[in-house]
Amino acid sequence: MGINFKQETFRDDYTFRNSPEQIRRFPFPFHEDGYMYSVNIEPHVPTRKNSVFEHLFDVDEHYVSEMRDRAIVLAEDPLRCQSLPHMTLAGWDTLELLMTEKAASYPDLFTLTRDGDKWHWINRPLGIDDHFTFGDTATLPYSPLEYITRQSQGDFAVCDQRENNLWMDAGMVTTQADWSLDFDIGMNFFEWHAPVPLAHEMGVFTRALKFLTSIQQGQPARRLNWTMTINPRLDTSPENFHKWGTDRATVTPENVGQKVHLRVEVQMFFRLPRSNAILFPIRCYLISMDELTTSPKWARRFHRVLRDLPNELAEYKGLVRYRPTVVEWLSKRDDGAPTSPGFGPD
Amino acid sequence: MKSGSNRIEAVVTDVVTVNDLVKRFHFQRVDGGLLPTFSGGAHTVVEMRDGDRTRLNPYSLMSSPLDTHDYTISVRRDDVGRGGSLFMHNQVKPGHRMIISNPVNLFSLDLRARKHLMIAGGIGITPFLAQTSQLAGRGGNFELHYSVRNEALASYADVLKQRHGKRVNIYRDDHEERLDLPTLLAGQPLGTHLYVCGPSGMIDWVRKTAADAGWPVENVHYEHFAAPQPGKPFEVTLAVSGIGIHVGENESLLEAIETAGLNPPYLCRGGVCGQCETNVISHDGKFLHNDHWLSDEDKAAGCKIMPCVSRFEGKSLVLER
Repeated sequence: MGINFKQETFRDDYTFRNSPEQIRRFPFPFHEDGYMYSVNIEPHVPTRKNSVFEHLFDVDEHYVSEMRDRAIVLAEDPLRCQSLPHMTLAGWDTLELLMTEKAASYPDLFTLTRDGDKWHWINRPLGIDDHFTFGDTATLPYSPLEYITRQSQGDFAVCDQRENNLWMDAGMVTTQADWSLDFDIGMNFFEWHAPVPLAHEMGVFTRALKFLTSIQQGQPARRLNWTMTINPRLDTSPENFHKWGTDRATVTPENVGQKVHLRVEVQMFFRLPRSNAILFPIRCYLISMDELTTSPKWARRFHRVLRDLPNELAEYKGLVRYRPTVVEWLSKRDDGAPTSPGFGPD
Repeated sequence: MKSGSNRIEAVVTDVVTVNDLVKRFHFQRVDGGLLPTFSGGAHTVVEMRDGDRTRLNPYSLMSSPLDTHDYTISVRRDDVGRGGSLFMHNQVKPGHRMIISNPVNLFSLDLRARKHLMIAGGIGITPFLAQTSQLAGRGGNFELHYSVRNEALASYADVLKQRHGKRVNIYRDDHEERLDLPTLLAGQPLGTHLYVCGPSGMIDWVRKTAADAGWPVENVHYEHFAAPQPGKPFEVTLAVSGIGIHVGENESLLEAIETAGLNPPYLCRGGVCGQCETNVISHDGKFLHNDHWLSDEDKAAGCKIMPCVSRFEGKSLVLER
């Protein structure tokens, strides 16, 4: 195998690009020519080879550069990683899950050796080789949660489960679609979802919570979510809104292909064994309109989805300002032909 | 997504007689590997193949969560139950292969607690064995109060005293030793969480005493470990599947549905988690609701049933399954 890790940026000069292979494995989130909320949860089991679901935790060509971007965000704002005092055990659970899965999925990149609570971790892409004592935070340079999530693509919310609810009591959040861990920390499932339109009336959250609180060990689940981002910026946080919010006014018919990105989140749900907490990894994938429309099927379908999206959802996702420009650009790549069922690019 | 399908092939490595009523069973993986890590308070569902019928009973894991070379459970013999405990006591010997489930925790510690105050009665001690091991290993602050009928039936009292010393208090009924709960509760520091596992009457008493003393409900945790009770046989129509089933005297409705080839979701099989809740399409007769899940309004309306523990007596029952 061997992954060709790219050196690229997600800020300033924005050199992020997807290789043709990475485009083919992009987790396109629309299985039909329209979109509405649903509790679209399915078992998170390793599936198709050469897809982002080949392993429980996908490592791709952007890994090294994404971790560098995370380090920049944390240096500017340490509160992007937080853990309330009772969540340290869940941090160790998270570290164990990520290390064991990565080492099993990518033995040429990661090696974990365990001798009781004496652990040895090697991360070759990032040049890390550490010995530590499992359960003893003093033997790591960071908290267990911060240590391992500085080495893992995607955001991680860690939710305590009590009172038949989930509580956002820890996390590492630097690649988010406009939400803030520092704002949400300590909130329960209904509190942090309060801003989402339509879904409450549909009873989506009540059903989703019932499902999530009964997730079992060894039976993780996943769902896809999506939005759009102008420029391939991972850190679209409320804290840095002043740096990226105005980008949304810069979309023109000439730059749609390079500037406008579909942003897909693979959201996963794991029951953690020692803490009984729920780990909620949110993995972000970006793809430019130029890259997306190399698949004629995806071009047709995304045009139809975006054109027909209810206004409330466009508002919530922050697309209102540039939607007409993008729909117009996409319409020229939609010949009206029918699309095949399923997510794949054809 | 179906629950309960994550099964572990295990072998019974030891069966230990604890006293006249209780036996302890040790399980290891057939492949010799480590069992999944779990948290104190978790249970496993043990699949008992008894001739042509299969029972699935949940038992609290009582071994230390810090050591997953084996799982241990304790089974109290119930001579008037549906036969699951008798099967375990009489049929299961070392070397017996059984399927057990991944651990599920419906009685977990609140890790925010400044102190964990645990009240156990009888076989309700088992989840606390795991929880105290977990807390002791991390320097946690806990105190256990354990009521038993007599010295001979005080399962694991000696082990607990030896491990945790003065943090463990034993009350023997036949010595007229009684837990003075109001005084105990009055002396707890702020931020204490209260846990109770034991017979229904004890759980009700602890919850009421705590409520009367002004304890917030969020700080009071309890686990019923009621097994499904036997009862008169009855007939059920499963409307979605278009089949009729017979529920035998020593069989639960959920087991009869499973025998018919359906796989409704479940976690606890004890009427508390809500997973197997089933809509009633029509009925002519009387429900015997034995669960702790449905509201009184739901029970009065006759629109839902929890097939893991509840039964029916009457002419006809049609379920949405």
